[in-house]
Amino acid sequence: MASVTDPVLECRGISKFFPGAIALDAVDLTLYPGEVHALLGENGAGKSTLIKCLTGAYRRDAGTIVLNNQEISPNSTQDSQKLGIGTVYQEVNLLPNLTVAENLFLGRQPMWHGFISQRKMMTMARDLLAEFGLSVNPAEPLSAYSVAVQQVVAIARAVELSGKVLILDEPTASLDRDEVDLIFSVIEKLKARGLAIVFITHFLDQVFEISDRATVLRNGRVVGTRRLADASQTEIVTLMLGRQLEDRIHDRAPPAIGDTLIELTNFGKRGMITPFDLTVRKGEVVGLAGLLGSGRTETAEIIFGAVQADQGDARLEGKKISIRNPREAVTHRFALCPEDRKSDGIVGDLSVRENIILALQARQGWFRPLPKAKVNELAEAYVKALDIRLASLDMPIRLLSGGNQQKALLARWLATNPAFLILDEPTRGIDVGAHAEIIALIEKLREDGMALLVASSELEELVAYSTRVIVLRDRRQVSELTGDDITTSNIVAAIADEPMAEAV
Amino acid sequence: MTAHVHNTLRRITPQLIILAAVLMLNFMVFPDFFRIEFQNGRLFGNLIDVLNRGAPTALLCIGMTLVIATRGIDLSVGAVMAIAGAVAASLAVDGHGWQVALTGALAVGAICGLWNGVLVAVLRIQPIVATLVLMVAGRGIAQLVTEGTILTFLDPGLIHLGAGTILGIPTPILIWIALGLAVTAAVRKTALGMLIEAIGINESSSRLAGINSRVLIISVYLISGVCAALAGVIVAADIKGADANNAGLWLELDAILAVVIGGNSLLGGRFSIIASLLGALIIQSVNSVILLSGMPPEFNLVIKALIIIAILVIQSPTVKHALYILRASAEPQPAEPIKEAKESPQ
Repeated sequence: MASVTDPVLECRGISKFFPGAIALDAVDLTLYPGEVHALLGENGAGKSTLIKCLTGAYRRDAGTIVLNNQEISPNSTQDSQKLGIGTVYQEVNLLPNLTVAENLFLGRQPMWHGFISQRKMMTMARDLLAEFGLSVNPAEPLSAYSVAVQQVVAIARAVELSGKVLILDEPTASLDRDEVDLIFSVIEKLKARGLAIVFITHFLDQVFEISDRATVLRNGRVVGTRRLADASQTEIVTLMLGRQLEDRIHDRAPPAIGDTLIELTNFGKRGMITPFDLTVRKGEVVGLAGLLGSGRTETAEIIFGAVQADQGDARLEGKKISIRNPREAVTHRFALCPEDRKSDGIVGDLSVRENIILALQARQGWFRPLPKAKVNELAEAYVKALDIRLASLDMPIRLLSGGNQQKALLARWLATNPAFLILDEPTRGIDVGAHAEIIALIEKLREDGMALLVASSELEELVAYSTRVIVLRDRRQVSELTGDDITTSNIVAAIADEPMAEAV
Repeated sequence: MTAHVHNTLRRITPQLIILAAVLMLNFMVFPDFFRIEFQNGRLFGNLIDVLNRGAPTALLCIGMTLVIATRGIDLSVGAVMAIAGAVAASLAVDGHGWQVALTGALAVGAICGLWNGVLVAVLRIQPIVATLVLMVAGRGIAQLVTEGTILTFLDPGLIHLGAGTILGIPTPILIWIALGLAVTAAVRKTALGMLIEAIGINESSSRLAGINSRVLIISVYLISGVCAALAGVIVAADIKGADANNAGLWLELDAILAVVIGGNSLLGGRFSIIASLLGALIIQSVNSVILLSGMPPEFNLVIKALIIIAILVIQSPTVKHALYILRASAEPQPAEPIKEAKESPQ
């Protein structure tokens, strides 16, 4: 075995270009034997791309990978597996209808006179799993066991096949605490064996619990590698989110906040978001901050009825209302621009014109079509007001750029003249110009007295337009910032705060 | 308005060309194909036969187009035809007038459609499986209604729907044209068409935009059920009896094919009922070619399959793309096209 100071795997200057985008820009990553190395970053930071380059799923465009002092260039996942790099994904890539043993030894079953020796395979499987501290019956189908056990089986198979580097891509995403402990005990055992383990997760607490070092990626670049014993959660969160995280002060006049519009009490859904209270007044922008998976989107969806709450009350201007589905929300003059524009927002093959009037028409009912003249007038007015760039109102909306699609979706909802506008990641994946325009629009709508709820991972943006920021963590509200307290560093502190220290 | 007509024409151009080609094929095997005569107060001719015999498929494909536009499919229409025919026949046998028989059959068709719609929209069963239930069970239900016999009736009003004429034109032709126009108007003069297309393209987005997708999906299956019932009554009226085993047998497949030949995607979204109706006529014209050519009947299904494969290949995205490339690459160099033109006819 290599001496402790020699890295198992050394990546130098890995770059990957996609048409029109640099996914990875000269990324370095060094893994030592017996270490758990967390790979962190928000969505789109380049974690998966890096992993795919390492395992040969993607062909890298530049850089070298050195495994045990030997340069390698895997061009398929099988290839990298043979070389010693194994990967386990969040969704277990095994065959649930086969037995545990078959899953472990598929493709290399022990043979006896040209036939598979079931007995030998069962013994080998039992022995192998025992090494991982798992006592299950290997003759049972894999589907008989929990996701955590399946996850361990997948790890065992990957380690058996490769045995130098193990990449775990969000292995704990759908597990509860006990199951996470099971996975962690397995990771500890592998660590003791001298494997280098890459651990990808969105759960910061777990990172600090199990990992030795962490490399943080942002926009395809490594922004820092830290020994976790010496780093604080705040430092890591700042690395993940911040650009120049200088604190910005609210430089605008105190907003003219109006009457209470929406009042939610004890609103929530089991397994999705912890019940919360929320009041939004007219002329107010409430920002929702938090890491990925903290419950931002879930909050937006539950308020709009995209997911039905299983507890709590909602009041609109003091009157009790029900929000069981988006249709009811729309009749209360709610509006939601969803996070995933492509799958939940645009109707790709319909024209821009039809997309703009869709929500208004849906509220009117199919029997009362909007007159053609009205439709054109509305569509043209919004195209002009929001500066949507298009060749023709008749073109399918899927052909527009991301920013213009987003503006068309905003137009769809503004056309319904909403009282309460929920925006989930309104600036994700759009160009700088459109970005600034959308922020200006949010400000303008607030000044006009609309109530807005904006979920965003862009902290500076939240600071710029929010009159109040609610910080979410682990699917519950942990903190609320108002007035001059709304700064990027305060938000980062609130996000990183240990769950215990929340009651400030 | 003219722009709208222009768009519609452009949309149905491929179907019109194919229809013209198949009709020409008819003309080639049977030179009298286009001759239409007026005898005994009724129009006669092969072309009239195509329009008349194509009525059941045409009626089915009206509802089928809407169902497919929502990304669904309705396999039960053939069986619903059998049920509706049986109900109409048994009401007529019981001495009810044709109005009662027709209304009863349509009501039963609506109930069948509602059943399918609830399975798909409320219980979220995949359409192909949900409608398979009624496809299989429907003929059994029809047999229960007819008590296992071919139920014949003599009510002239009911027979008129399938075999009669109005102003010399066979009634079924008038029925499918009228229903086609009515449904087209109903979906295009209201917002129904756009909302159905929105659901078919992206149901999640549509739901979040506040569209009541559940009710709309139920209603398209309901319309499909009613269309199938009407087709069933016409078929029963034509033979003056309800044959639970054979009425509308395999016709659901012709209806789906008509929609596909009409250029509507099975993945839902944009649809054109007129194009589907042209598709139905194309299928009937193909049947006509086979009959008129005097081929032994055992060749029929094979020849039909060959012609339809040819139509689908011409319409396939790969061929369309290849043709597009061929044209686009031929344009820049003036010398090339001559060579291209020589090669392309093969």
